[in-house]
Amino acid sequence: MNIVNILEEIEKVDGEIYERLSPRRAAMKDFFDMGKKITLAAMPLALGSLFQKAYGQSTPTDVTGVLNYALTLEYLEYHFYNHAVVAAPGLIPAGTPAVGAITTIRNHEKAHVDLLKGALGTAAIKELAYADFDFTAGGAFADVYTNYQTFLAVAQAFEDTGVRAYKGQAAVLKGNNVLTVALQIHSVEARHAAHIRFMRSGGLNGGGVAIKPWISLGASGGANDSGVPAVDPVYAGEDTEAQAGITITGIASGVDKKKAVESFDEPLTSTAVLDIAGLFLKK
Amino acid sequence: MKNVQEQLMHEEESIFNAQLQRRSFLRYAGAGAAGVALLAAGCKKRDRDVPAYEGVMLDFKDDFGVLNYAYALEQLEAAFYTQVASNPPSDMSANEKAYFQDIQFHEIAHREFFKKALNTSAIGSLEVDFSSIDFTKRSSVLAAAMAFEDLGVAAYNGAGVRLKNDNFLLIAGKIVSVEARHASYVRDLVSYGSFADLTTLTTFGAKDSDGLDAALTPDKVLPIAAKYVKTKINVINL
Repeated sequence: MNIVNILEEIEKVDGEIYERLSPRRAAMKDFFDMGKKITLAAMPLALGSLFQKAYGQSTPTDVTGVLNYALTLEYLEYHFYNHAVVAAPGLIPAGTPAVGAITTIRNHEKAHVDLLKGALGTAAIKELAYADFDFTAGGAFADVYTNYQTFLAVAQAFEDTGVRAYKGQAAVLKGNNVLTVALQIHSVEARHAAHIRFMRSGGLNGGGVAIKPWISLGASGGANDSGVPAVDPVYAGEDTEAQAGITITGIASGVDKKKAVESFDEPLTSTAVLDIAGLFLKK
Repeated sequence: MKNVQEQLMHEEESIFNAQLQRRSFLRYAGAGAAGVALLAAGCKKRDRDVPAYEGVMLDFKDDFGVLNYAYALEQLEAAFYTQVASNPPSDMSANEKAYFQDIQFHEIAHREFFKKALNTSAIGSLEVDFSSIDFTKRSSVLAAAMAFEDLGVAAYNGAGVRLKNDNFLLIAGKIVSVEARHASYVRDLVSYGSFADLTTLTTFGAKDSDGLDAALTPDKVLPIAAKYVKTKINVINL
């Protein structure tokens, strides 16, 4: 790895690379200081962050990173639903609309996997199989494939996490056509989330868990409205009352804290999302 | 915003210094309402007091055009749900009335957020035309609600790529998923299980085989929305 050669290569396609870099003395200094501390193997990553500083925007590598991140989550969702449909007899009540709904969601997740895999081509992460996952999360949801209510609760956590995950990456894709595709997946996940929530509440007939199609405040006023304390990290920060510095609670008559929280869904960082997803990956 | 950028570019010999300032400026702008107000002042139209057009103007030259576009759609939705909630169809269930009231306040919160964030750059209030909706019938109200929600999702999805400011983009993302939740719920009331029937949304840009939701550019959304608006909506720089 020779940084001078790399910069010369870039100069061929971007004649202003030195101009871009040199006024950024601080960025360069950071980079060289850091160079003393890191190993050669870590160089590509460090170089990527330098370029991010110099261009003030994401390199295509980051778009790839976001797509692979999304692909990981879509594999998780797809295998979760697919196993329920094809390998967990009696889980989804036969002869009810739930069969169609879960199948529809499974099909969308499969379509997302195929779309992302196709877009990434050889840059795609290795395929994840059902065997790579542990949907009991180490026993926390031991009856996930035998108890329909547990299954729906975990499904809700996955969908709400998915919505938050895509939202968290929007800025990386800013101005890129990939953003539109990501948004189109994002809102489908939100539709799924609302339906799973509606199913948990008993659907048209009601009588189920006290939960709304939109993320509200928990019974005790906390951020987690799912009624499942084990998924607290999925809802961390969903009780936000201010947006871009504007307090939503009380912004108009009738808009109390609950309505303010419901009106805006919050993002999650990739670190937080991968921590959640990690609970469902076999160690 | 673009004007501000251009000014900075001219003032600075080094493009880089200019970009640095721009970025600090944007960071400040994203810091809160005060920043939004500052940006608004920077972009204020000179001829604001004497508009040369009838109705409102959506100028898509910068993020404020996109935000005003969202503000227009939220005004429409809020007005619709306010009318429903104030006198709901008698054949709606108590649960449905309660959820429609929730949605009403969500849309009001969105509307008021944009109004406040846009400050002096905000377009005026739109006069709506709901003459095509029979507010006494649940089926008519549900059909209209479904149209508004699906169109709202398509509009946000299609306009996101135009946004240049990270914070504005994030806000749009925070709102669109709530609109999608509304759409899912209302669709389930119309036909249980149709919450994400993308095959019915192909004219709105959805693609079922890829699992992709609706997405429409503003030039496609506005003519559809025009049916419900009396105020003339002018568009430039799209």
